[in-house]
Amino acid sequence: MAHLLLFAVIVLAGTGGELCVSRAMKRVGEATSFHPAQVARVVLRALGQPWMWVGVSMMATAFFALLGALSIYNVSFVVPVTALSYIAGALGAMIFLHERVTLWRWVGVLLVALGVTLVVLGKS
Amino acid sequence: MEAPEEARQPHHVLKPKTFLMIVVMVVCGPLGNTFLGKGMKQIGSVGVWPVSHLISSLSRILTTPSIWMGIGSLIVFFIADMLVLSWADYSFVRPASALGYGMVALLGYSMLGERVSPLRWTGIAIICLGVFVVSRTTPRTHTWETMERE
Repeated sequence: MAHLLLFAVIVLAGTGGELCVSRAMKRVGEATSFHPAQVARVVLRALGQPWMWVGVSMMATAFFALLGALSIYNVSFVVPVTALSYIAGALGAMIFLHERVTLWRWVGVLLVALGVTLVVLGKS
Repeated sequence: MEAPEEARQPHHVLKPKTFLMIVVMVVCGPLGNTFLGKGMKQIGSVGVWPVSHLISSLSRILTTPSIWMGIGSLIVFFIADMLVLSWADYSFVRPASALGYGMVALLGYSMLGERVSPLRWTGIAIICLGVFVVSRTTPRTHTWETMERE
């Protein structure tokens, strides 16, 4: 049970955090140039977005939860975590960011999730 | 494979700046993690208690060049991530940034002489295929700016 809870926290807080950062950036609006002053302005505006701070806090929570999990379980723990986070990310993008995830994008996301799973398995 | 319908529409093609930001992410993310890993290995075991151990650990961490290289690379990674998300879909950027796994293997193989298992190369090939498929879809489908500014 604790195992499952920790697992859920890592996937949901990690993906949720990235979705919140993404939402903050969409509110900031498109960065139009890579001039350092423009980049600094975009970053500063992002830091003024509440979603940015919610996102960063969630990502930090996921990071420390993962460190904790890796001290208890072995590396095979990260396999389902990384694979599921790609799928959760695409679902979250549809619901929370109103992105249109087409069939082709789903195919790509599932291939990436499968590939990442094999890479993690191949490392451990 | 037949190109998805939206890939043929001129306004929905992958912009050079999206491509550039994803390249920066794919290079700087793994590079940052490699530098941090290298730095922490140089430092060895880190004591956090009592406070005097914590202070000496922190001063060793903060005086290691690799750590700063790692932090710098990760800051560049995060800024590129923020910038690209300001115009492109999260469901486009997230799978595309998985090319970083290939980068890690290439860096390890070419610079550190690490052996990369066939399973890992297979995984990397499948990631590349997945990213190729994702890259054929419209990079931006959301309408946030209009929604939020009305």
